[in-house]
Amino acid sequence: MAVIEARGIRKAFGTTVALDGVDLNIEEGRIVGLIGPNGAGKTTALNAILGLTPYQGQLTVLGRDPWTARAELMRDVAYIADVAVLPRWIRVSHLLDYAGGVHRQFDRAKAEGFLAKTSIRRDAKVRELSKGMVTQLHLALVMAIDARLLVLDEPTLGLDILYRKQFYDSLLNDYFDQSRTILVTTHQVEEIQDVLTDVVFIHRGRIVFGSSMEQFESRYLEVVVPPDRVAAARALRPIYERPVLGRTIFLMDGADRQQLAALGEVRKPSLADLFVAVMEAQ
Amino acid sequence: MIWSVRRELWENRSVYAAPMIVAGVIALASIGAVRHNLQPNSLASHCELVAGVLMGTTLLVAIFYCLDALYGERRDRSVLFWKSMPVSDSTVVLSKMIIPMVILPVVTFLITIATQLIMLLITSAYLSMHGQSAAALWTLPWLRMTAGLFHHLITVHSLYYAPIFGWLLLVSAWAKRLPFLWAFLPLAAIGVIEKIVFNTQLFAGMLSSRISGGMDMDPAKESRMMMPWPSHPLEFLSKPGLWIGLALAAIFVAGAVRLRRYRDPI
Repeated sequence: MAVIEARGIRKAFGTTVALDGVDLNIEEGRIVGLIGPNGAGKTTALNAILGLTPYQGQLTVLGRDPWTARAELMRDVAYIADVAVLPRWIRVSHLLDYAGGVHRQFDRAKAEGFLAKTSIRRDAKVRELSKGMVTQLHLALVMAIDARLLVLDEPTLGLDILYRKQFYDSLLNDYFDQSRTILVTTHQVEEIQDVLTDVVFIHRGRIVFGSSMEQFESRYLEVVVPPDRVAAARALRPIYERPVLGRTIFLMDGADRQQLAALGEVRKPSLADLFVAVMEAQ
Repeated sequence: MIWSVRRELWENRSVYAAPMIVAGVIALASIGAVRHNLQPNSLASHCELVAGVLMGTTLLVAIFYCLDALYGERRDRSVLFWKSMPVSDSTVVLSKMIIPMVILPVVTFLITIATQLIMLLITSAYLSMHGQSAAALWTLPWLRMTAGLFHHLITVHSLYYAPIFGWLLLVSAWAKRLPFLWAFLPLAAIGVIEKIVFNTQLFAGMLSSRISGGMDMDPAKESRMMMPWPSHPLEFLSKPGLWIGLALAAIFVAGAVRLRRYRDPI
């Protein structure tokens, strides 16, 4: 069953077109990375999905129209915007009280369990916590909500590497299962490459690439070619090339592995390389 | 809804802290001024003063509360967190309207009564220490004064002020910055333009009658005891001003709900 179904979503702010006909289909049990440069429309797309902004086109999330049914939708959707949205004045214990009070799907014991693994005090106010702790708190809160869709918008922005790694680790180990779906946007493509099951590139308000990670890994290869074989490599129509330390790295789409091995060292490309290639082709 | 109101009280402790501090200062002062309260009449008028000061305090609290209620959450982006909870915009805005219309009048009432009781006890204690009878103080019409205060708070501070609170919430939901100026300057501008163009002061008159409670009390009836239980306690229901005001308040609140849906964080 499709968790998110979008057909031709358009959204303009004045004369600036943020979303220019976005089609998106996200199935249950996937972890989808929505990746794009600044101003590509990532956050606008998430806002439309979360019922935070009106849009043109057809969009259903868990069978509901997010703009007209935000409050109902939020029973099954959890959301982390970025590290700075928890109200700074609130006490941790009050935050748990509130979530327990308004959210039927919130399991307080679970949240307390996650918090017990951190050094966050219950009587602390959010403003007294470090940036990393605020993220831990928000994640604990969200993971204690039995939601079917979790939306993360740059959830680890501004955090150091330890917290970032911990964030995705606990998400995978303590939260994710086949009945849940996660949609995440981030700039740190490398970090989530191993987390994702699917990837979508967005550019200037349009979806320019979409693939499952399995497909990505079987379809794309990277080959490191010494200068004398560059012409031969170019003959295989690489989708992108970049010089590195006197050699050239070619990104190949659907090339034969044996054939590439004759040219140089064959590697698994990173999502970031494909991202750059796709963006430059636009 | 209950949780939304509780959350407002967690955030805005001034709702009860400010009147309590003022009441505490008054109670302390009344120890010092106990000699001036020995006569029943002077105690009664001091008690009225206390009620007036506390009402003024909570009105100020209400104004600043309303102006910040929907502006502050956009400014610190916490609106994104609140909107990630399954709580509708109308529930949120209504719970924010409940603070000035229900919580603050009740807080004012309770704190005023407590302060008046403290003043009465202090004065009685002083009298009995000096071997005099405090009986005269206790024969004041306390019950009627209390009931009158309650009536005044409900009719004026809650129902009659509703459009003011609604307007402030609307501005708070709309303004990108300086909600305070946006709330007051347009009103002043309307008044000035009306004065220049038509040489009338209808709008200003309307505003001031709204702020003064609009109950156009008969000045002759106004004794030292400002808020006795009115002879026709339900008379206020027949005033068109009340219903016009409530209708306006409903429009403003509906506007604020709509704006909260559309507005992005600042």
